Amino acid sequence: MLKTFKPGGVHPPENKISAGKSIEVLAIPKTVSIPVSQHIGAPAVALVNRGDEVKVGQVIAKSGGFVSANIHSSVSGKVKKIDIIPDSSGYPKSGIVIDVEGDEWLEKIDRSEELVKDFDLDSKEIVDKIMEAGIVGLGGATFPTHVKLVPPKGMKAEILIINGVECEPYLTSDHRLMLEKANEIVVGTRLLMKAMGIEKGYIGIENNKPDAISLLTEKTKEYPNIKVVSLKVKYPQGGEKQLIKAITGREVPSGGLPIAVGTVVSNVGTAFAVYEAVQKNKPLFERIVTVTGKSVEKPSNFKVRIGTAVSELIEAAGGTPEDTGKIISGGPMMGKAIAKTDVSVTKGTSGILIIKDEESKRRETIACIRCSKCVSVCPMGLEPYLLMTVSQKQMWDAVEANKVMDCIECGSCSYTCPSNRPLLDYIRLGKGKVGQIMRARKN
Amino acid sequence: MSKILTVSPSPHVHSDESVNKIMYRVVLAMMPALAWSVFVFGFDALRVTLTAVAACIVFEYLIQKFLMKVTPSVTDGSAIITGILLAFNVPANIPWWIIIIGALVSIGIAKLSFGGLGNNIFNPALVGRVFLLISFPVHMTSWPVNIQSGVDAVTSATPLGLIKESIKNGQVLSDVLGDVPGTMDMLLGNIGGSLGEVSALLLIVGGIYMLFRKVITWHIPVAVLGSMAIFSGILWLVNPEIFMNPVFHLLTGGAMLGAIFMATDMVTSPMTPKGQIIYGVGIGIITISIRTWGAYPEGISFAILLMNAVTPLINTYIKPKRFGGTK
Repeated sequence: MLKTFKPGGVHPPENKISAGKSIEVLAIPKTVSIPVSQHIGAPAVALVNRGDEVKVGQVIAKSGGFVSANIHSSVSGKVKKIDIIPDSSGYPKSGIVIDVEGDEWLEKIDRSEELVKDFDLDSKEIVDKIMEAGIVGLGGATFPTHVKLVPPKGMKAEILIINGVECEPYLTSDHRLMLEKANEIVVGTRLLMKAMGIEKGYIGIENNKPDAISLLTEKTKEYPNIKVVSLKVKYPQGGEKQLIKAITGREVPSGGLPIAVGTVVSNVGTAFAVYEAVQKNKPLFERIVTVTGKSVEKPSNFKVRIGTAVSELIEAAGGTPEDTGKIISGGPMMGKAIAKTDVSVTKGTSGILIIKDEESKRRETIACIRCSKCVSVCPMGLEPYLLMTVSQKQMWDAVEANKVMDCIECGSCSYTCPSNRPLLDYIRLGKGKVGQIMRARKN
Repeated sequence: MSKILTVSPSPHVHSDESVNKIMYRVVLAMMPALAWSVFVFGFDALRVTLTAVAACIVFEYLIQKFLMKVTPSVTDGSAIITGILLAFNVPANIPWWIIIIGALVSIGIAKLSFGGLGNNIFNPALVGRVFLLISFPVHMTSWPVNIQSGVDAVTSATPLGLIKESIKNGQVLSDVLGDVPGTMDMLLGNIGGSLGEVSALLLIVGGIYMLFRKVITWHIPVAVLGSMAIFSGILWLVNPEIFMNPVFHLLTGGAMLGAIFMATDMVTSPMTPKGQIIYGVGIGIITISIRTWGAYPEGISFAILLMNAVTPLINTYIKPKRFGGTK
């Protein structure tokens, strides 16, 4: 029987329209706007000034703290300005705008397609290269990878899980990467294992991608300590805690990190970026982005330079369809709706999804009929109906006691509710408030 | 493009589940039992059911519009279910005005006075039924003859009533077992009883459909019927001369109707599987206790209502297993 997580989970229509589309390199835009904060943690500190000449791969903003990451130029050209640019949520954030001139890469970057398998580096050297390259979790959480690779004192990682689940409907960037860069991903996986001294690696893939499963199974044949695990399709299996549960049966304790159960999880995109950083000296300045939607003329998977405007991607996919109602950065379950298409692709942008007008509005909310579907689909064993009610009533003690902080915001509850209740909206409200209260208590 | 985009928090997609769909699946699940009822009790069964449904819809509409001054929500299908369930719980020959009173109590008192769909503590149809049982005991226990049972009479007794009567008269069960319908008749529904409760088999068919369409889960029906079987089985093993066997208990009275269609009412039953099992076991034990030692021959209505009252308490103390929790 195929492995999967429990409890909970839902089966939204997969709609992987762009799954058959090979990765295309998107033309370099005329200007890029590169935010200095593309990761969880402190924003990076800009190193360049207006008028400076930069090359592809050059550090333009330096890691701004322990949990932070370097930012590199994705193009060559001249720094136009260092300005406030809106991020995908519309918040003003500091960013570096570069006018593109040519495509001149730093010389140290190996641009050949040749597969390099050099495992002579020691753990520290690998981690340093990853840190230097500004690699963050590319599954969407954007946690700096070099921080994750150095476990807190007294904790030891035994298992590395590479996340090739891509459980979000529509998105296919990880799928395409697995098909087209399987060798590189396997090398990246081995490098990550070496960096942490891990003996056992798993690559978890849902069985709606049989081509990726068989390809990676073949590529890992020569490494008996790396196993490809075929998983039963169920959302949110790509959630870190759910994937660990599905593959190892271990449960990350409430409030804890995967390392608490001896595991570390990295996305396939991250494994590929690690390969490029360590074997090719190539920093993270481009990524695969799916552009898709039911009315999109040319659903595609693009290799995009970081800082490219979302509008350029949409143009390349055939333009904004007439019936567009909503544009989402990410997938339909956890992605963010964006108000304008002039925002930049960042390290965490896995896809651009264009939703039709008639599917973009929420349906009318009616009374809770206590059907308990939200409880049965919650992958964290929470009671969404209750959390919503106590959040609405501002009973923050009750919100906290009912484990609101465990919520991973996967949206399964809101997705499934037959009364169309905005469960996750209120749970987020409760989470934010309880988070504040908890921090105040600590101080 | 100058179009204004919709911006809202995730998730951006929704399943095609809706309250309407759930309600109409329940209605559909009750159709086999209703068809059987028309077959064995004649046109009366249809008349009573339609009266009950119409009354429930009309009362819901009028009360919401003119007393509560809210937008009437009669189209959600819940009033139809209440109407059918109320009809299922009364004799098929009940006078029209009694069923209308029952509908008023169900919708007006049990449902809307608590705030309407989703907010009622007690199962509306059962509140209506119990109100009628207490107010019109004669009408509510004069059972029409089941055409298929081959008995030549105007009124008939239910199997449970038969047993209660004989125990009361000091008889031992072996003396009256000959009068009790056979297991096959009870399973198919060739017995006397309320309009919708007689055919155990067709109620199970409806239950399987609801399970299949994920309207209900197995927990409540299995807990109710299982605990009834175990509890009555123990009593039967102790003394088969005064206690009936478990098969009899499962196939008679409102056991199937209650376990499959009324105890499973989403609004009034617990939210977690564990809570649902506790609730179901409570119903089973109370039902057998009332049937065995109570004044009424049948007790599942009371049992469900009593456990409805305990549901909020169960929800407070029985929590789902938290992911990564310590216990």
